[in-house]
Amino acid sequence: MASVLQTARTWLLWEIVSGLGKTLRYFFKPKYTINYPYEKGELSPRFRGEHALRRYPNGEERCIACKLCEAICPAQAIVIEAEARDDGSRRTTRYDIDMTKCIYCGLCQEACPVDAIVEGPNYEFATETHEELLYDKKKLLDNGDRWEAQIAKNLEADAEYR
Amino acid sequence: MDIANLLSFGLNTLLPILAGVLLISIPLMISVAYLTLAERKVIAAMQLRKGPNIVGPFGLFQPFADAIKMITKETIVPSGANRLLFMLAPMMTFILAMVAWAVIPVGLDFNGNPLVLADINLGILYLFAVSSLGVYGIIVAGWASNSTYAFLGALRSAAQMVSYEVSIGFIIVTVVLLNGSMNLTDIVNAQKDYWNALLLFPMFILFFISALAETNRSPFDLPEGESEIVAGYFVEYSSMSFGLFFLGEYANMILMSAMTVLLFLGGWLPPLDIAAFHAIPALIWFLFKVAMVLFCFLWVRATMPRYRYDQLMRLGWKVFLPLSLAMVVLTAAYVVYGR
Repeated sequence: MASVLQTARTWLLWEIVSGLGKTLRYFFKPKYTINYPYEKGELSPRFRGEHALRRYPNGEERCIACKLCEAICPAQAIVIEAEARDDGSRRTTRYDIDMTKCIYCGLCQEACPVDAIVEGPNYEFATETHEELLYDKKKLLDNGDRWEAQIAKNLEADAEYR
Repeated sequence: MDIANLLSFGLNTLLPILAGVLLISIPLMISVAYLTLAERKVIAAMQLRKGPNIVGPFGLFQPFADAIKMITKETIVPSGANRLLFMLAPMMTFILAMVAWAVIPVGLDFNGNPLVLADINLGILYLFAVSSLGVYGIIVAGWASNSTYAFLGALRSAAQMVSYEVSIGFIIVTVVLLNGSMNLTDIVNAQKDYWNALLLFPMFILFFISALAETNRSPFDLPEGESEIVAGYFVEYSSMSFGLFFLGEYANMILMSAMTVLLFLGGWLPPLDIAAFHAIPALIWFLFKVAMVLFCFLWVRATMPRYRYDQLMRLGWKVFLPLSLAMVVLTAAYVVYGR
């Protein structure tokens, strides 16, 4: 009996017909496509995008040039030079990230004791030349100023899990 | 006959033919262009994507963007290729795909005569011959490219098309036996009461599947087999020479759909013999049915994985051939003794 049924299924192309039925059902289902760049997907607060150097609310830069990020960076994308500033505080004179070396692992922001270097929510920073992706301190601080609101919100949203 | 007479004779006979050719081939080219878009849209929808929707409303100008891109690319002839045959092969494929349309009746004009370029008595034989010739373009392309992938693809394609032509031939014989004519218009008219798809249902399915194999469509697209032999017989082609293969392949798809409609789905006849359906012009019915069959082509492509080569050959020779042969005998017996 089972073999008769099996034979009948074979000759009636049962598997093929049921497959066609499935694709036809999918044909009428709502689509998952997100029309990037007109629509964008949700990002997690932990999303690791473009780097930024943050400041304190009074405008003082957070980075104290401890070089933990430089030390931990597995891609060795970060280069930091530091000197004492006129008021005696320790500050970076140079903070470069080679965004083409960076693997966006997020270890720099994990290592940072003052939440200075963070990876922000921005992922649309493609450029036409390699040189534009060699970020210096000014570019990173500008990023910090530009994305501060979003970054602060994301850090707060993620804080309870740390 | 002086020159003026000769000229007017030539114009009087040639111009209507030329107009007819243009009336068939230009809409055909546009249909091919939109078939490519429809394919992308349908497959996208079945994979829960949206498909091209940026160029124009709903992506409707996408085929033209693609065409402009293709035409403006560089034609590359590989250094080891046979130049003459290399350039001739895509033309052969394309021309043969277009030439077959001469005998396809696409509907009725206002006087009830079939809309066809050449209403010949052996229309179906002509179609069969032309679609068999199509394999030459492919084999010449594979050989002239002087590339292993192209050659393997061409060999596969030749073996596949020859195998399935045999069963297609027998299927057509059953239709011809049942309807008693080789003229496509007569075959359609003979289906006035019952479509052949009802009387010869298994043959209808066999014909559709063989048509998939004949046009190298998925799940029988192993001449192209992108995961195995890159692109098959047209690996080495670029620009418009590739475009001609592409156009030819899609024109062949439309041709096979038109043949399915003419042989099995009652051509331009409405599905039910009621006045409301007869109010719709025959041409619209024909186009609608062709579009439905084409949708099935795309539908199958979105559903089925590719056959293995030995499975393809087994299906062609050990299943389709005996089945269609048996059906020829049955139909012949029915025609002689049954009615």
